[in-house]
Amino acid sequence: MSKLSQKHLLGIKDITREDIELIFETADNFKDVINRPIKKVPSLRDVTIANVFFENSTRTRLSFELAQKRLSADVINFSASNSSVKKGETLLDTVNNILAMKVDMIVMRHASVGAPHYLSRHIQANIVNAGDGTHEHPTQALLDAFSIREKLGTVSGKKIAIIGDILHSRVALSNIFALQKLGAKIMVCGPPTLLPKFIGQLGVEVEYDVRKALLWCDVANVLRIQLERQQIKYFPSLREYSLYYGITRKMLDSLKKQIVIMHPGPINRGVELSSDAADSPHSIILDQVENGVAIRMAVLYLLAGSK
Amino acid sequence: MQKKLILDSDLLDLTVSRLCQQLIENHNDFSNTVILGMQPRGIFLAEIIHQKLKKDTGTDIPLGYLDTTFYRDDFRRRETPIRANETRVSFIIEGKKVVLVDDVLFTGRSIRAAMDAMIAFGRPATVELLVLIDRRRNRELPISADYVGKEVNTLASQRVLVELEAQGHKGNKIWLINKD
Repeated sequence: MSKLSQKHLLGIKDITREDIELIFETADNFKDVINRPIKKVPSLRDVTIANVFFENSTRTRLSFELAQKRLSADVINFSASNSSVKKGETLLDTVNNILAMKVDMIVMRHASVGAPHYLSRHIQANIVNAGDGTHEHPTQALLDAFSIREKLGTVSGKKIAIIGDILHSRVALSNIFALQKLGAKIMVCGPPTLLPKFIGQLGVEVEYDVRKALLWCDVANVLRIQLERQQIKYFPSLREYSLYYGITRKMLDSLKKQIVIMHPGPINRGVELSSDAADSPHSIILDQVENGVAIRMAVLYLLAGSK
Repeated sequence: MQKKLILDSDLLDLTVSRLCQQLIENHNDFSNTVILGMQPRGIFLAEIIHQKLKKDTGTDIPLGYLDTTFYRDDFRRRETPIRANETRVSFIIEGKKVVLVDDVLFTGRSIRAAMDAMIAFGRPATVELLVLIDRRRNRELPISADYVGKEVNTLASQRVLVELEAQGHKGNKIWLINKD
């Protein structure tokens, strides 16, 4: 099969292992394309894509836009902060107005969980979820798993620790689904207040001591503390968090084994990850960013290619 | 389903030898020549020609694989997208004499896509096309091959099946198949 099982990419939960492998295979080819003298292919030249962002983003949006341009798609950008959303327009009205201008695909980020799922029941265009609240961020999980596969050769059987603010992280949930589908073992680690109560039911191990998590894992995916989503205090201070959960170069060197450090960005240097750890040879943070473009090209290509 | 053999192992060897001789005539010492095999099936013929030229002339001509999937003009016009293959071009194409190699020339659309794909790597000095089977009178674009193994008159409804040892088949055989 060279077709995805779904018409939209709403979450990793809805897609199969075969889908993920097809996306990776296609992304391998696109990674080759973006390293050529001419980094562009004409595949999506008759496709128009709208990037609809109801929430702030730098990396994801740039990455999507670049992926679309490398595929020769026409791109329009929309951000809620300077739009009619402020005047009281509903989500469905906003999107239908965009689609009336003959747009074929929507890439959407929204602060509400399930917003792209709701949209997919009401519109014809293909939808790619670029993050919905604290729920899923499928392309981030795909590029994370793709980067692990690139660095370690395979994802299957590897031990991956997801460390930090699991409670508010859509990256964590999508990562757990994606990595489990590919056969990895997962551990989540963070202060008890930042781990969801029943997370163990997803079949992941739970650990509160960051050093034990690092000793266990092959790969540590370190997440940012999402202060903007925290209405109450979950820990006494950032200083204290960094003291107990911050990862430093010294700590990595003391493990007596090589582990891979990942971070979906943006990094709060000195909080979850110290500068010397983020810039160490352990880190594949910038590879993740490069792979992000290839993965998003693959997703857009495969979704646009099916009738 | 009817099958008709149009080339067998012995004849194929002869044909490949002739194609190589023609290449030698036109390219002299091959100092500025590169070979590009088209994915997915042209790469096997390209390998065979590369090996034969190496044996006959002693020159190791740079050989690459070119995938045209992302350059095709039928994207979004078929039920499922075509699965992409590896492109492997580890040399500079700029200013080179390129020999594109494919197994069957049919509508000419893959060759059009291949020229687009190739230009992403630079501007070649010249581009020539070598095919094993040329299906005449089925062209949809003004494209013709410079080196032809065998010309065959076919109907659009027929199919040419190339079986090479390199692809894991028993013996080299090329068939013309009537689709029912």
